[in-house]
Amino acid sequence: MKYVDEYRGSEEAQKFVAAIERLVTRPWNLMEICGGQTHTMIKAGIDRMLPDEVTMIHGPGCPVCVTPLELIDRALAIARRPEVIFTSFGDMLRVPGSTTDLLAVKSQGGDVRMVYSPLDAVELARRNPDRQVVFFAVGFETTAPANAMAVWQAAQEKLDNFSILTSHVLVPPAMEAILSAPDNRVQGFMAAGHVCTVMGYWEYEPLAERHQIPIVVTGFEPLDLLHGAYLTLEALEEGRSGVVNQYSRSVEREGNLPAQKLLKQVFEVCDRKWRGIGEIPDSGYKLRDELAGYDAELRFDVGELVAQESPDCIAGEILRGLKKPHECAAFGVRCTPEKPLGAPMVSSEGACAAYYQYGRHKVAS
Amino acid sequence: MSDDQEAPTFTGTCPLPLADYPTVQLAHGGGGRLSQMLIEKVFLEAFRNPALEGLGDGAVLELAAFGLEGGGRLAFSTDTFVVHPLFFPGGDIGSLAVHGTVNDVAMCGAQPLALSAGFVLEEGFPMEQLWTIVSSMKRAADEAGVPLVTGDTKVVDRGKGDGVYVNTSGIGLVPEGVDVAPTRARPGDRILISGGIAEHGIAIMSVREGLEFETELKTDSAALHGLTGALLDELGDRVHVLRDPTRGGVASALNEIAGSAGVGIRLEETAIPLEEQVRGACEILGFDPLYVANEGKCIAIVAAEAAERALELMRGDPLGEKAAIVGEVTAEDPGRVVLKSRIGGERVVDMLSGEQLPRIC
Repeated sequence: MKYVDEYRGSEEAQKFVAAIERLVTRPWNLMEICGGQTHTMIKAGIDRMLPDEVTMIHGPGCPVCVTPLELIDRALAIARRPEVIFTSFGDMLRVPGSTTDLLAVKSQGGDVRMVYSPLDAVELARRNPDRQVVFFAVGFETTAPANAMAVWQAAQEKLDNFSILTSHVLVPPAMEAILSAPDNRVQGFMAAGHVCTVMGYWEYEPLAERHQIPIVVTGFEPLDLLHGAYLTLEALEEGRSGVVNQYSRSVEREGNLPAQKLLKQVFEVCDRKWRGIGEIPDSGYKLRDELAGYDAELRFDVGELVAQESPDCIAGEILRGLKKPHECAAFGVRCTPEKPLGAPMVSSEGACAAYYQYGRHKVAS
Repeated sequence: MSDDQEAPTFTGTCPLPLADYPTVQLAHGGGGRLSQMLIEKVFLEAFRNPALEGLGDGAVLELAAFGLEGGGRLAFSTDTFVVHPLFFPGGDIGSLAVHGTVNDVAMCGAQPLALSAGFVLEEGFPMEQLWTIVSSMKRAADEAGVPLVTGDTKVVDRGKGDGVYVNTSGIGLVPEGVDVAPTRARPGDRILISGGIAEHGIAIMSVREGLEFETELKTDSAALHGLTGALLDELGDRVHVLRDPTRGGVASALNEIAGSAGVGIRLEETAIPLEEQVRGACEILGFDPLYVANEGKCIAIVAAEAAERALELMRGDPLGEKAAIVGEVTAEDPGRVVLKSRIGGERVVDMLSGEQLPRIC
């Protein structure tokens, strides 16, 4: 298949692995930011092809995983209301709140629907003027423009039965938080290519400068990841910091300017709580005040709901790269994809789910 | 009191821990791990008997056990269809209900003889649509050469059904010399798939509300007893396992086989037939095609020395033109399915826990 097979060749993969083996002279810790990258890495078996010196730490870039528990509880409270059609991307449906998940609310009679685009939720609002349609708008900078477009369209059409429950998060502040933590082990980043497609990578330049580390903007196919790892390791071995763009077929330094303009029209930067990590200043988006009418939290008055994480779940340490999923006592025992204690076990992008689904073999042996 | 010595058996307790699942979840019907748990802990627990314990696509009954002279073996299978939408590219609930049960009987190694059909209709359902479905069932049954010999109809109140549900059951005779069962997979056996996988699931997905996308892709729904008959006629008991990987896909079917035979299964990702369109749709949705449903594909596990001939026989059938040998049964890693990835890495292909859900990004 065009644009896929070019990035999955077995021979090229072996060449990269050999080149990395020749390059590496000492142990290094790399972090891939994005959950999609984690998933590809484990699905294709890349983590097991790299030399022992290279430790991959799986970053916090799984939107489902970092969505705070109370926000999921708020989603559940809204989805239970009889006048509401609650819409969401598929992988949010199974994420557990404090007691239950959206699929369970659906089985109890809630009108919960999976959509592939937030614009489909706007269309539902047009077709169901007597119902309240709510879209669960989570994700990083990648999904934010489409969600912004949904609100923008609804505002243009004065669709007063559409709103979003939003918990957008931003990557650079999270990288800053990881690097500034006293127990940080990350020496080089493979940055999330799709986030950079929207936002560009100029924001990463001061970050790399300040912390004197290499940041390589990396794609999502197996060869992208091997190439990204090679470039990061090359910079580390040569003692270079700065930003390198591996994913140049999609990413430009300035990013997608029309998308950024739309983001500014609809959202403003705010402090955000990250599940498992805590509050990070200026790390998220909320709707601008003039669009607050489209904020489901205000419309359904659920802002006061707070929640407590399971004490057994070490998602925070996993998301900051301090522990691997199988180092958690609950992994595969009390925490499985059927009964997840924390979000990284739910989403296919979550590090725990990826380990459970693809990596158990290794853990067992 | 001497009666106190022995505690009475209390059979009224549901063996599935209620604390875990006080209500039925969609994933209980998804063909993955939760379905397996429901079947084993509730249904098998209640109805346990040797024929049911096989947990195959159907039961194979020794007629001699019923005192019938001459013996022989009867295959018996049932399936209920609740597909939504009712009409989808290349088929509808009617043709699917015929093909599904014909295939379940065929996967027992039998040639299907007759079908029954039960309809649950919702009040208000358009008669014209019902006629379309019934006509499609007739066409599918005629093409398969399996008559529909008995049936039943119920109507439920408006809002209490999803238009139409169809149940079909089928019987067939297992020819002498045929012995297929999941437990017969042996180390060294080769694994064949009769054609491109994941076509039915993706065709259905393409017309689901909220996910519509443009594709020329059609369901692969088809009756496979001709193809399996040709294999069994010539290769007899060298065909060890037959399975149609419906919901849960190839991955779930192979995991079940690996589990019940206590063997390992090794797959080559590059050998698995997959149409470009299906692969593209899976890439976009973030689906693994190994877990997507098929309705006209057959997995055959055959003795190594019969594998090449089995491939020729499959490819000689119009439904098996793209058949391929995709892997082999191993003694290592019992109970596990391991896949060699396109770039040369390895991963475990586990049973799916719930339905596959499209990803955020």
